[in-house]
Amino acid sequence: MKFLAGTLAAVAAFSFGAITPALAQNPANASKTLEQVKARGVLACGSNPGLAGFGIPDEKGVWTGLDVDLCRAIAAAIFNDPNKVRFVPLTAKDRFTALQSGEIDVLSRNGTWTKLRETELGLLWTGVNYYDGQGFMVRKKLNVNSALELSGASICVQQGTTTELNLADFFRTNNMKYEGIAFATSAEAVKAYDAGRCDAYTTDASGLYGERLRLVNPDEHVILPEVISKEPLGPTVRQGDDQWFNLVKWVHFAKLNAEELGVTRANVDERLKSTNPEIRRLLGVEGDFGKPMGLTPDWAYRVIKHVGNYGEVFHRNVGDGSRLKIRRGLNNLWNKGGIMYAPPIR
Amino acid sequence: MTDRTGAEPPRAPLLTGPAARSVAWQALMLAAIVWLLWAAIDNAARNMRARGIPTDFDFWNRTAGFDINKTLVPFSAANSTYGDAFVVGLLNTLMVAVCGIVFATVLGFIIGIARLSKNWIVASLAGGYVEIIRNTPLLLQLLFWYNAVLTPLPGPRQSIALPGGAWVNNRGLFLPDPQFGPGSGYVLLTLVVGVVATLVLRSVSRRKRLQTGRGLPVLWPSLTLVVGAPLAVFLMLGAPLTWSYPELRGFNFAGGLRVFPEFVALLLGLSLYTAAFIAEIVRAGITAVSRGQTEAASALGLRPGLTMRLIVVPQALRVIIPPLTNQYLNLTKNSSLAVFIGYPDLVQVFAGTVLNQTGAAVQVISITMAVYLVISLVTSALMNLYNRRIALQER
Repeated sequence: MKFLAGTLAAVAAFSFGAITPALAQNPANASKTLEQVKARGVLACGSNPGLAGFGIPDEKGVWTGLDVDLCRAIAAAIFNDPNKVRFVPLTAKDRFTALQSGEIDVLSRNGTWTKLRETELGLLWTGVNYYDGQGFMVRKKLNVNSALELSGASICVQQGTTTELNLADFFRTNNMKYEGIAFATSAEAVKAYDAGRCDAYTTDASGLYGERLRLVNPDEHVILPEVISKEPLGPTVRQGDDQWFNLVKWVHFAKLNAEELGVTRANVDERLKSTNPEIRRLLGVEGDFGKPMGLTPDWAYRVIKHVGNYGEVFHRNVGDGSRLKIRRGLNNLWNKGGIMYAPPIR
Repeated sequence: MTDRTGAEPPRAPLLTGPAARSVAWQALMLAAIVWLLWAAIDNAARNMRARGIPTDFDFWNRTAGFDINKTLVPFSAANSTYGDAFVVGLLNTLMVAVCGIVFATVLGFIIGIARLSKNWIVASLAGGYVEIIRNTPLLLQLLFWYNAVLTPLPGPRQSIALPGGAWVNNRGLFLPDPQFGPGSGYVLLTLVVGVVATLVLRSVSRRKRLQTGRGLPVLWPSLTLVVGAPLAVFLMLGAPLTWSYPELRGFNFAGGLRVFPEFVALLLGLSLYTAAFIAEIVRAGITAVSRGQTEAASALGLRPGLTMRLIVVPQALRVIIPPLTNQYLNLTKNSSLAVFIGYPDLVQVFAGTVLNQTGAAVQVISITMAVYLVISLVTSALMNLYNRRIALQER
């Protein structure tokens, strides 16, 4: 009897305890992500468990990559410290659930912006920080020069990605047959490809360059020229918190504007004295563009000082300064032949 | 409060006695649990609705748009729905579970008996097998088998030819596919009749042996019925059977029957792993049979093999069956690790791809859990039926 009463009390306590905070996260009063992050003292950032150039821990366990640096930039803007980030490695399968449930504040994990994901998963993409497209990698000795010669091939693919659907679409459109083998993680898919289970491996072209480095003999593999899909990759937040949405979006725009205005990590302190009104607004010397987002006036200065502008981040992680050596292409600024374009800060 | 009247013996009061109190507490407890569940579901549904996440099952009839490499029923990206993908995944899960249970049981019994062998080498080998397999994680074993199956095999263009027109390479085992011509139904019918007749004959022979001590001849009539008769019909109809042989076309073999390396690796991993546990259960069951039974049997002049088959195993089964059921359930549930080696089971196809394409996480996971629950309940119901049949009949 005492036991029963005790259990009952425990159940009641548990249920109240469990349900009250859950209700408190209702989107109606959810414009609190920034406050939660500030109170916690650290940004929870969903990242790729291991994709060279985008999100991967280095030999010392420090996370690096283009997507990772976006989270560092957000942390720099909020805390003036790019290291106040807790990275949560997520598989393609778990990533959106982790964001929906509030386990992470922002998802920066080469996720493709699609209509269904925004309208049916309750998420918002704040922009595009890498324009990508899906490609194929094959062994050189197969003598395949085009993806259109892949009819009948076995193709290794990571499960739960737009990649899987694009693959089906591509073969359907071109009236070709294929055998797709889907794995839970890209690591397993690449390993099976390397073991010869598949003729080709497919993922976003950026990923192919990164994964090729992990193969036993990277030189024996070639990336086919076709890009079969549009893959705009970008950071994602929950719906219902416009302040947080704006913050993530404008941190990215600040990096683009800085590159356009020639403000770099090295010269940012000197540029504080600049007479160019655009630079003065960007760095918070003139006006206060931080306060409406819940930040200090020098928010963009912090981003550039700690992380650098978009061009620097690109160069360091995936461009010529990295092992991937991916060309800027579409990801160049709009006035240099690419489509990266940020609205002005004013 | 008591309501004793007159000279009647004292009775426990209806509303405050221990029985009533315990009913009240249990009702309260139940109410609390129901409320808790309701609150959790309501909370989830409300939050999902507020974020614009669908809570219905409309996705079920939408076009899937993705392909599955290994299907037991026809499936295509363009013409199949998410519901069809569910069926494909479920059938693949059931197939690997059923095959795994059969292999694990056979192997488990052999190893369990081998562990009790008087031959030191046989017993130690079986013991070593059990210890090594039981004490390493199943996921590692699956990855090991997948690589062990794939690595030594060549690519399709260097395939190894096997006798009888079969080929093996790292895309799978390609076997000639039997194509049944007209009249094959009669052969099948003869076979079914033969099997039924054999079963009847065996039961008649058994009854006669119990009554007179001498049974009917069974072996030759059975062979005639099961093998001879269908063969005769088959030949009489002019052998209506052709084979479709696999041929190398482009990247891979086409035609013929194909056994996928993912399936082989998963089946190997699951059966070998579960067999180690079954072996221990079998050993425990046999050890539980009193030694006097074996001694009595040999005193009656039964050979060791017969003693095992007729005396020990039937009694050991009473101890073996309940924990064996658990192992069957474990094997079925463990098959969900298939996703790591690319075998399209229910979790990989439905709780993986479909969940991601539709975003209906709560619905998909609930359905998947319900499916595993139903499979488990059906398995244990069947095993309980069998258990009741072999349970000790007290007279």
